[in-house]
Amino acid sequence: MAATDGGRSGAIRGPRKQLIQLRINGHLYELAVAPNRLLLEVLREDLGLTGTKRGCDDSSCGCCTVLIDGRPALACVALAASYENAEITTIEGLAQNGELDPVQQAFMETGGAQCGFCTPGFILTARAFLARNPAPTLAEIREALAGNLCRCTGYTQIYEAVLRAARRLQERACQNAVREAGENA
Amino acid sequence: MPEMRVIGQPLPMNDARAKVTGLGKYTDDLTLPGMLYGRILHSPYPHARIVSIDTTAAERLPGVYAVATGRDAPTPYGILPIGHDERVFALDRVRYIGDNVAAVAAVSPEIAERALELIRVEYEPLPAWFDPLEAMQAPGPWIHDDRPHNIEKEYHHEFGAVDEGFERAAAILEDRFVCGEVTHAAMEPHSTLAVWEPDERLTVYSSTQVPYYLHRTLAEVLQMPMSAIRVIKPLVGGGFGGKSEVIPLELAAAVLARKARRPVKITYTREEVFYAHRGRPRTIVDLKMGADADGRLTAVHARVIQDGGAYCGYGPVTVLYSGQLLNAIYAIPAIRFDGYRVLTNKPACGAMRGHGTVNARFAFECLLDRLAERLGFDPVELRRRNLLRAPCVTPNGLRVTSYGLPECIERVVERSGWNHKRGRLPYGRGIGFACSHYVSGAANPIIRSNMPHTTVYLKVDRDGAITLYTGAAEIGQGSDTIQQQIVAEVLGVRPERVRLVAADTALTPVDLGSYSSRVTFMAGNACLEAARQLRRQIFEAAARWLDCSPDVLEAADEVIRRTDDGRVGVGFEEAVALALEKSGTLVAKGTYTPPEQARGGNYKGAGVGPSPSYSYSAQVAEVTVDPETGRVLVERITVAHDCGRALNPLTVEGQIQGSVYMGMGQALQEEMVWKNGRLMNPGLLEYRLPTTLETPLIDSIIVESVDPEGPFGAKEAGEGSLAATLPAIANAIYDAIGVRLNELPMTPEKIREKLRERTPR
Repeated sequence: MAATDGGRSGAIRGPRKQLIQLRINGHLYELAVAPNRLLLEVLREDLGLTGTKRGCDDSSCGCCTVLIDGRPALACVALAASYENAEITTIEGLAQNGELDPVQQAFMETGGAQCGFCTPGFILTARAFLARNPAPTLAEIREALAGNLCRCTGYTQIYEAVLRAARRLQERACQNAVREAGENA
Repeated sequence: MPEMRVIGQPLPMNDARAKVTGLGKYTDDLTLPGMLYGRILHSPYPHARIVSIDTTAAERLPGVYAVATGRDAPTPYGILPIGHDERVFALDRVRYIGDNVAAVAAVSPEIAERALELIRVEYEPLPAWFDPLEAMQAPGPWIHDDRPHNIEKEYHHEFGAVDEGFERAAAILEDRFVCGEVTHAAMEPHSTLAVWEPDERLTVYSSTQVPYYLHRTLAEVLQMPMSAIRVIKPLVGGGFGGKSEVIPLELAAAVLARKARRPVKITYTREEVFYAHRGRPRTIVDLKMGADADGRLTAVHARVIQDGGAYCGYGPVTVLYSGQLLNAIYAIPAIRFDGYRVLTNKPACGAMRGHGTVNARFAFECLLDRLAERLGFDPVELRRRNLLRAPCVTPNGLRVTSYGLPECIERVVERSGWNHKRGRLPYGRGIGFACSHYVSGAANPIIRSNMPHTTVYLKVDRDGAITLYTGAAEIGQGSDTIQQQIVAEVLGVRPERVRLVAADTALTPVDLGSYSSRVTFMAGNACLEAARQLRRQIFEAAARWLDCSPDVLEAADEVIRRTDDGRVGVGFEEAVALALEKSGTLVAKGTYTPPEQARGGNYKGAGVGPSPSYSYSAQVAEVTVDPETGRVLVERITVAHDCGRALNPLTVEGQIQGSVYMGMGQALQEEMVWKNGRLMNPGLLEYRLPTTLETPLIDSIIVESVDPEGPFGAKEAGEGSLAATLPAIANAIYDAIGVRLNELPMTPEKIREKLRERTPR
């Protein structure tokens, strides 16, 4: 057998692929994926969306958290082919037209991101949580974030980030309500 | 000194936006055209002779580009010059489950994995040792033939009259403390991308805390000149010491890349990260201390045995720290230290946040609590009676220049309500106190030399941007931001004007790395010197324009002004343009070398422990213990840390809180559990990293003692608060339920057992 370019030649095959469509951050992608291909692999390797991180291999760290139809999900245990009709949001899809989401802004300001590796997962989990519970207590925040691990911060500045983001989102909701009321009047 | 504009501001880290948007690139986020995936074959035996390795079938698998074994790079290496006992791949013997045997590079991870299965290795198992006390008695064969009785290193120190000190003591306490093995568990698994360049040079991107040591080791092991190798550190997702020496995958990727003549990336699985380890060793501390009736310590004797695993690593340094830093926190007239670093057939231990000091400090502060009780003092008062009178030099030769411990103590006592709570909380609730300290960088480099520990350059050109070229390794602690702030402050510009080119050995000068909490102090001082030099050049040009002496100028808010006439000034960019006319591109250099007086004494082991300055921490922990289940809940931790000056209070607080968190994990729940050399809990859930549910708000107080030699008075902030957390919690548990725990982690099982022992059936 002749080596072509240093590597062993021959047929390189994996499992048979199927064509799927995924809606990620508002864009529709058509992809050929093997049935066992993880959403995490599709995001990182096929689409270059490397903001979603791999921190473990057993769904214990939360670094690969994405939002599927607005709910936090672990991309490391999600088969890509199962999410054809879902709306998937990754950390890259959170800022709107270059303007950071209030949760991202708050993580920056409070020091909620140190090494930054767990940060995308925390921000997405917090974002979904605040949509559900706009005025949380510290105890509720601690419960909501328990599926995401951070080794740097000791969580205190993360708690502060979520509290600060909650205030900002409420202010924004308030302003929007006032504006709408004004427009309707 | 004019009022400071940038120093002392709680600025977000300069890479925070990259991190919150997910756009920042870590090593595993990088891919290159033609890149191959590397996987490593690990030993299934804790100790065995390799009889043969047959890689033929793996090499024949389509998609495989290279298979490497020990013969491809047989040169031994190790982080310490006295401990070159590792090889990229084992030559003839494996020494722990997980030891590196061979590696494969292929077009996909799946094919690489398949190829590993095709490698045939014949092993002949050897007797293995898992317990350090048994390993020390072992008749042989020893884990390394040149380490009789599996003792990597032992040290015996005596400073002051120890026996006499115990003779005149009014109270003597003595006990054994056993601390379980813990690991860094940084969220980013180690990753390396090695690129064999068309010109036969090597570029290595790696998740490292020590680009310079990696650069050196790559050259040694690959037998290539350092000038043909370039190391680049992308963003690093946490280190804590776990990336502070060369990790096998870094060399394996390089060996494979050279062999395949293609880029090769290896990223560890989480299980591989656990086995790569280099964490804090299981430690047995036999501690004895005596004090007079006034509560003043008269003598201390510590015997420390560390279970180091199968290779030397940082071992001798770790064990020395545990003895040397019994000093420099309290005034102790006499100390005896016997330290043993022992080899066992498990992954090598190494440096972990609080390197070497944590377990000894746990024992010390727990025994001090008991001494206070014995002598009838409040634990805080006992510590007040043993404070150093700084500045001073300790009996073992450590120079203490600034000492904020007294203020730390008073601030946490006040903030926590210690005086109202101590002894007055109901059964099941308790409050505990402890102190700790740490070095602001090691005054002696790992590889002895008289060269500076850090060099930085600054460059300003026609765009008016100030570029800082620094070798220092940002690993999430914020050191890039601190260096930027220092330069901006000195030059009187907005921090955004200063941009960094960092940790790329082809572009940046040498910095020894991010370990021993050295970067703010050492790289910071180098930045200070470089910025002052650059300022001098700009001031000289501005002075000609403003027709005055450069000595009367000051720079602030992007303007250079005459101090003798505040109305007269010139903008920073104009001043730069004036200076460029004379000399072209402006460049300046700064270095830092620790002063001679800071480098310690003249005895075996004296090199470890000396630092240009020490940080201090005092802590109060409040806990609830359920006497039925034994479960401990940390309700609150109040911590005060003397960091000299907080150059950036936001990052300082983050460092203090992170240290406390890691201490809390080790105190209550983290432990590497081994069975015959196999790790029983190689996952983040099983290892039990504390989640938000276990972690309360950590109330951190910054104390600024303004060190005479630190940049703007700064000292370290990232490690010194870790060690006090463990004993503060242990002492709080005693206050809550009246039992003393000498073993870490203090799990519900151990607490229930202690309670059962106390209550006779």
